[in-house]
Amino acid sequence: MAVIEIKNVAKRFGDYQALHDINLTIDDQEFMVLLGASGCGKSTLLRIICGLETASEGEVWIGGKRVDHLPPKDRGISMVFQNYAVFPHLTVFENIGFGLRMQKLPNDQVKRRVERTAGLMHIDQLLKRYSGELSGGQRQRVAVARALAMEPDVILMDEPLSNLDALLRMEMRAELKGVLAESNTTAIYVTHDQVEAMSMADRISVMHEGKIVQAASPIEVYRDPAAEFVAGFIGNPPMNFLPATPAGAAGQWSVAGQTLHGPNAGKDLKFAIRPEDLTLADQGFQARAKVVEPLGAHLLVTCEVEGHQFRAILDSETQVRMGDTLTLAPQDGRGRWFDPATTLAVS
Amino acid sequence: MNPRLLPYVLILPVTLFLCLFFLYPFVLVAQQAFSDGSGFTLDNFRDVTSHWKFPISLKNTFLLALAVVPIQLALSLLMATMVNRMKRGRDLILYIWTIPLGISDLAAGIIWLAIFEQSGFLNSMMGGLGLIDSPTNFLSYQSPMMVFVAIMLAEVWRATAIMLVILVAGIGLIPKEYYEAGEVFGATAWQRFLKITLPMLRPSLQTALVLRVILAFEVFAVVQALGGTLFPVLMGETYEYQFTLLNAGAAAAIALIILGISIAFTLIIMRALRVPKGATI
Ligand SMILES: Nc1ncnc2c1ncn2[C@@H]1O[C@H](COP(=O)(O)OP(=O)(O)OP(=O)(O)O)[C@@H](O)[C@H]1O
Ligand SMILES: [Mg+2]
Repeated sequence: MAVIEIKNVAKRFGDYQALHDINLTIDDQEFMVLLGASGCGKSTLLRIICGLETASEGEVWIGGKRVDHLPPKDRGISMVFQNYAVFPHLTVFENIGFGLRMQKLPNDQVKRRVERTAGLMHIDQLLKRYSGELSGGQRQRVAVARALAMEPDVILMDEPLSNLDALLRMEMRAELKGVLAESNTTAIYVTHDQVEAMSMADRISVMHEGKIVQAASPIEVYRDPAAEFVAGFIGNPPMNFLPATPAGAAGQWSVAGQTLHGPNAGKDLKFAIRPEDLTLADQGFQARAKVVEPLGAHLLVTCEVEGHQFRAILDSETQVRMGDTLTLAPQDGRGRWFDPATTLAVS
Repeated sequence: MNPRLLPYVLILPVTLFLCLFFLYPFVLVAQQAFSDGSGFTLDNFRDVTSHWKFPISLKNTFLLALAVVPIQLALSLLMATMVNRMKRGRDLILYIWTIPLGISDLAAGIIWLAIFEQSGFLNSMMGGLGLIDSPTNFLSYQSPMMVFVAIMLAEVWRATAIMLVILVAGIGLIPKEYYEAGEVFGATAWQRFLKITLPMLRPSLQTALVLRVILAFEVFAVVQALGGTLFPVLMGETYEYQFTLLNAGAAAAIALIILGISIAFTLIIMRALRVPKGATI
């Protein structure tokens, strides 16, 4: 049982505030992904949980025990490092068994656990090799096996797949998820790759400038972004934004010449819509096509609506040329609204 | 130009230089050692090794190396680890610690002589503190142990830094992530040193030890300054044969013996600290 609670954690490096007042609870056996752009503080948060870095303020609890004064080895965690950190001077066997040796487990137990985890990660053929004789993907597997061999309550991963090529990454993604689900560990997984985040996570914490902007299920983060930042970050391409002004009646909004139904609010808002939630219709936004990109499965059209950049994903057979004017209608129930003052969602 | 030839062309100047100023004199020395003016002979080696001072100087040289090198190894590892932990002032400390490197070995010997002499610092300090009534001669034939310790101290002081700079560079090359992995997987600071630093430092340790051990077998000026004839060493004997006894053949023979010992130890160190194939960073 290992629930992780992060309470009011802040981190300063000199004058620079890397983390602001982080509060997050991760359930037992949950797969939590920390997602955010480079430099937003993901690694810093992970390292604070792990104990490689100390928080300037706040507390970290793992499994009901306050751990922020404990060294990493007493926190019931293990970790997969971004550059693997597979020891070059040890064989694969000794790498996987490193933590067990440090715990002074008897040889037969080390052997049993190393062989079991190596089997799990399909590297049982490589146990006698040194890391210099492994491919990047195999080294990655060794790093995961080493973490699993500890049978930890919590496993922490800092961009473990970022050094692999796209195909291998997709393969490892599925495999990792399976192995971790079977091992019943709580997992925290850092990535800046949203596809990885969407496909693996039970829950995603979207981070921005040292804050957690939203922590929710992948589909919720995608469908109902809690803030403008999330809407503009998640999705490829992300949501389109247009300014909205009240149009007389309550809940009626004027957006780029169209009248749309929205929330009740007494000030200007922003309307947001996903590119794939737009369809060609008789009535809608007047969009002038500027770039047309056929992507095989569909057609990505970058347009301009009243001076604002606006992207639409259309059926791949649609005939569009640069300079054409399209009439794009938002699908019912797919538009979202944000308060420009607070940048938060309004409903 | 043929790209296969290019590397050889590029190393040609250095090779020529080495042949001219190293290999050629070396061949001459070897010739001198193995000839008596008319033909091949081992007489020089026989003469040299049967002399009563040879076993003593051989023993002294080995004893000194055995006493000094492990101390220097431990010290330089400790100092290198400390320097690497430092955030500020690291360069300054490194400069200060490497000052003895800039002093010639004879000057180093003279500095330590000024400390241990009858009228030296140590005597005047102990006298000033009232520990002794009259100055004693530390470096006399009556106290061979003291002579040995003085030479040892001077050698440690003089030549630890050469290992230090090599090891500092080597430790700096070990990625931080390995230590973090060690920490996460439960290795204590001492275990991290034993299981991560030492094995990953093997190439640097090799270089540092080979250099240091070779220098230890060539020790001369420091010994000469502090021990004089009280503590004969191999290199001192070479000097003696060449310039006092004017026996160039014998001097060449001893020089070759020293070379042989150095090569043997180099091979032993390289072998003991070799990195298995595939186990490099
Ligand atoms: N030891 C440190 N000293 C000073 N600043 C630091 C230190 N470690 C991190 N930072 C700063 O804190 C911020 C967050 O860093 P962090 O490594 O957590 O980013 P990240 O989200 O993991 O980014 P990436 O995706 O590039 O790994 C960055 O602006 C970084 O410059
Ligand atoms: Mg990072």
